[in-house]
Amino acid sequence: MFRNVAELIELADSKQKKISTLMIEQEMEVTGRSREQIIDQMGVNLDVMEQAVEKGLQGVQSVSGLTGGDAVLLQNYINSGNSLCGELLLDAVSKAVATNEVNAAMGTICATPTAGSAGVVPGTLFALQNKLKPNREQKIEFLFTAGAFGFVVANNASISGAAGGCQAEVGSASGMAAAAIVEMAGGTPAQSAEAMAITLKNMLGLVCDPVAGLVEVPCVKRNAMGAANAMVAADMALAGITSRIPCDEVIDAMYKIGQTMPSALRETAQGGLAATPTGRELEAKIFGLPLNKK
Amino acid sequence: MKFRSVFDIIGPVMIGPSSSHTAGAARIGRVARNLFNREPKWAHISFYGSFAKTYKGHGTDVAIVGGLLDFDTFDERIKESLEIALNKKIKITFREEEAVPEHPNTAKITVGDESGELELVGISIGGGKIEIVELNGFKLRLSGHNPAILVVHDDKFGAIANVSNILAKHQINIGQMEVSRKEKGKMALMTIEVDQNLEDQVIDEISAIPNITQVARIVD
Repeated sequence: MFRNVAELIELADSKQKKISTLMIEQEMEVTGRSREQIIDQMGVNLDVMEQAVEKGLQGVQSVSGLTGGDAVLLQNYINSGNSLCGELLLDAVSKAVATNEVNAAMGTICATPTAGSAGVVPGTLFALQNKLKPNREQKIEFLFTAGAFGFVVANNASISGAAGGCQAEVGSASGMAAAAIVEMAGGTPAQSAEAMAITLKNMLGLVCDPVAGLVEVPCVKRNAMGAANAMVAADMALAGITSRIPCDEVIDAMYKIGQTMPSALRETAQGGLAATPTGRELEAKIFGLPLNKK
Repeated sequence: MKFRSVFDIIGPVMIGPSSSHTAGAARIGRVARNLFNREPKWAHISFYGSFAKTYKGHGTDVAIVGGLLDFDTFDERIKESLEIALNKKIKITFREEEAVPEHPNTAKITVGDESGELELVGISIGGGKIEIVELNGFKLRLSGHNPAILVVHDDKFGAIANVSNILAKHQINIGQMEVSRKEKGKMALMTIEVDQNLEDQVIDEISAIPNITQVARIVD
């Protein structure tokens, strides 16, 4: 059983096993279920993710009308061949957006680690398909590796926006994705940890300030940037760059920042973007409430 | 450790938009439904903290009612649960409470019909994971670190032994167990924390024991 990232990396190195393998073995131990059952369940989650991306890329609209259609805009732009930061990165961004647009439209998604942050992990995974050509088994491993890092964050800090702000949701998701990208690209377990640390460092302090309390603005675009952040951090780690602050300490810093965050910035729709004039105007328009209601 | 399974992190499969405010709420509602053991005629739902501030935007109201209708987190019918409840003539009221709860995502549900009522308090701790912290005024003293079930039964000899025999048969180890009752010979309560996740079959077998009235997972 691993309790933190340092133990996870130590286990991987001493047993010469992949992080995804260790996560599967721990799940077998904790739940008493067979390897096959566990892998099959993750396969179901993978299928749900793939279907959500496909649906989002066809274009969806939320009930409030605040979000939807941006994944399509991005795909069209990529296809025009004029993109500045490259197809792979934007593909990840558009697939993350697609997932969260489906979520906002009350479609079916797989929480990774939460629904509000469900776009980052599948967005990066499906964007890597053409480049790394993973088979189904490797895609499932990607999810177990992401899960292993998320497991550590959930137990040592938080994955709830109401408890720790957006850094705990999209921040955690991005770190998880970065670590999994590194493993899929052939990096070492230690490099996965570095990628997670680099990503999460750049998400520290991010508040949860949903306009009208809806998981739409700014959530969808935070997933977009979360995916981009994960991809860039993974490349940095694969290049050999390390984080001066160890991954576990970054996670701990995230937890402590979350604890000192005022309640107005933790999923109460009372501060940040939710409290801007436009945010309040949208809220009133959607719910028909007077502007000073909250 | 609060989170034990990788599927707490990668999962659940659910209807959007929020794992804590939608999926978690549906799960709290479903525990109330399972413990009540039948469809209620009415439900009073009180929201606290972040639930009170944002329940409309997250569909927390829709989801909790979906749970009361016995819908799982991925059941598409969740979206129409308020209309379904209305058609079934289930009377539902919501309250936004001002009191500051211990956990920001807290809901209190009271359900009932002509033959009884039940009240529980649930919290949604992130990623769709929930805990039931109070039942009919009993504070549930659970660590929250292990799967737990709650068994409501008649206060008769053998009930506790029968439940533990079934757990033993399935090689499930009990980590902590608490028994309580309101009055000798009347309604009694077992809260049992175990080391392994409980498959549906185990819950079904326990439900089938004589003198057991309700069984529900309260931490999973």
